[in-house]
Amino acid sequence: MAELNTLVADKKSLANLDVFSSTLQELASTDKHILAVTSDSRGSGKLVPFGQKYPSQIIEIGIAEQNLVGVAAGLASTGKKVFAVSPACFLTARSFEQIKTDVAYSNNPVKLIGISAGVSYGALGSTHHSLHDFAALRAVHNLIVVAPADNFETEQAIRLAAQTDHPIYIRFGKKAMPLLSEENQQFEFGKGRIVNEGDDLILVATGETVYPALQAARQLENVHGIQATVISMHTIKPLDYALLTSVAAKGCPILTVEEHSVYGGLGEACASFLLENGFRNRFKIMGIPDEYTVTGSQIEIFDHYGLSEIGIADMALNLLQKHA
Amino acid sequence: MSLQELARKSVTYRKNILKYIVGAKAGHTGGSLSCVDILNVLYNYVLNVSPETAKSPNRDRYIQSKGHTVEALYVVLADKGFFPESDLETLCKYQSHYIGHPTRKVNGIEQNTGSLGHGLALSVGTALAAKLDELTYRVFTLLGDGELPEGSNWEAALSASHYKLDNLCAIVDKNTLQISGPTADVCNTDPLDKKFEAFGWAVRHVNGHDFQELTEAFDSLPFEPGKPSLIIAHTIKGKGISYMENQLKWHHGVPNQEQYAQALTELEEAGMAL
Repeated sequence: MAELNTLVADKKSLANLDVFSSTLQELASTDKHILAVTSDSRGSGKLVPFGQKYPSQIIEIGIAEQNLVGVAAGLASTGKKVFAVSPACFLTARSFEQIKTDVAYSNNPVKLIGISAGVSYGALGSTHHSLHDFAALRAVHNLIVVAPADNFETEQAIRLAAQTDHPIYIRFGKKAMPLLSEENQQFEFGKGRIVNEGDDLILVATGETVYPALQAARQLENVHGIQATVISMHTIKPLDYALLTSVAAKGCPILTVEEHSVYGGLGEACASFLLENGFRNRFKIMGIPDEYTVTGSQIEIFDHYGLSEIGIADMALNLLQKHA
Repeated sequence: MSLQELARKSVTYRKNILKYIVGAKAGHTGGSLSCVDILNVLYNYVLNVSPETAKSPNRDRYIQSKGHTVEALYVVLADKGFFPESDLETLCKYQSHYIGHPTRKVNGIEQNTGSLGHGLALSVGTALAAKLDELTYRVFTLLGDGELPEGSNWEAALSASHYKLDNLCAIVDKNTLQISGPTADVCNTDPLDKKFEAFGWAVRHVNGHDFQELTEAFDSLPFEPGKPSLIIAHTIKGKGISYMENQLKWHHGVPNQEQYAQALTELEEAGMAL
């Protein structure tokens, strides 16, 4: 396996949120149609420099998420490239009907940016966790749902979103993210990225769980000689069925990992596709169980629910032993 | 268009609303009849939009927040040439685009609505875009008095005044009845004028069936520079048909053939009197 980029736990590495902010600034410098619309989230969305540089391109709505999405849809209907930025938990729960009706049904190409997603607001508790957004928004027709895993995927997703005339939801967390590989050349919505290849196990992860999945794969290889394919399934919808088909054909166990409820997210999306298409690989979904989460930092919560390198590796071994 | 011509248009529109609702065996009859005079004035007197300019960046926009009375909008858009009136024979039928709430699949309709409390925020965004682009188009939205308890309306009302959207005009079709009963009993929103004024809007009351009052109000926009305008149009649910007026059951009642014949007779007589 190629060595991971060691930006990993380095404080100099950037959060996807920072990459979002800097990319949006760059895009806005040459495109006056780019608008950032926020719900008192200019600071938490790292949009203060954007607002200072482009004051006419940032619109503050205040703490009113339904209005945020409705106004964003109205703006987008006139040809503006609107990035509606709000904490993922509120953006997707309080505004669900506006996302469904004003954005997706009316085909107003708003770019919905869910910040501090999953359990990024760990200690703030379950009101601030977005563990339902994949489930809810997967069920909305005409909406692309994306969870970038690293700075490269985030930058590419924002650039592509600005170009696409399609409603889209992109969510990411707060903490610094390592690059997943040195060769970050291809990114396309709906096309998962293979970040490691192996024939013993398939790890399908999304967002900020891809990195611990990749670490787990390295541990499995180094300690047990187990070779795992690791996929960053950054697009939850449309799901990359072609890639799933090709890796499932190896016949080995499949483990999905996500910072989301085990209900209705990446895992269930993969499971339904595979089962409907005749695959009978041993299969396990890792995510947040059906409970309100424990208090702690994002890392502590990952550890608690086994979404860490060790937890994922242990689950993989368990799955492989059952398979043997 | 003269006030008399507007009045004659409304008679035709009311006939057509009933014709297509009877044909579909579905529709929101009472509310369509209460708001159709407002739509008549908007499309025949106020709005700078036509089938030829339907995609023009500087066209005026109309967004119908009370989407359930789409039948009134359909007959007006057909009359303006956005689509052949015969299309409405498919109203609410299998695979028709002319469904029971506005959809952009129908030429001339700006936004999909139907869920209540959505039109005002959409209108705020659209009006804000005009300000940002220094375009002169105006945005009009029709709200029902029954949908006003939706909190999204009040979020949007705050934004409209915060951004000084004097290119935005909301009209409340205040027919005072909603599906469960009198609006004042279900959730009283009065005094509506004081509430919107407190939110930073300039407000006027009109008789929503009086073409002179309606045209004068629209001629006076914006009521105050730097403020969004609200027209509270006092209307009668089921207006124009004696047995429907102010009767709750006609919220989405469909006339039988005998009732339909009587309604047409009443409308003929009203037309003759003009």
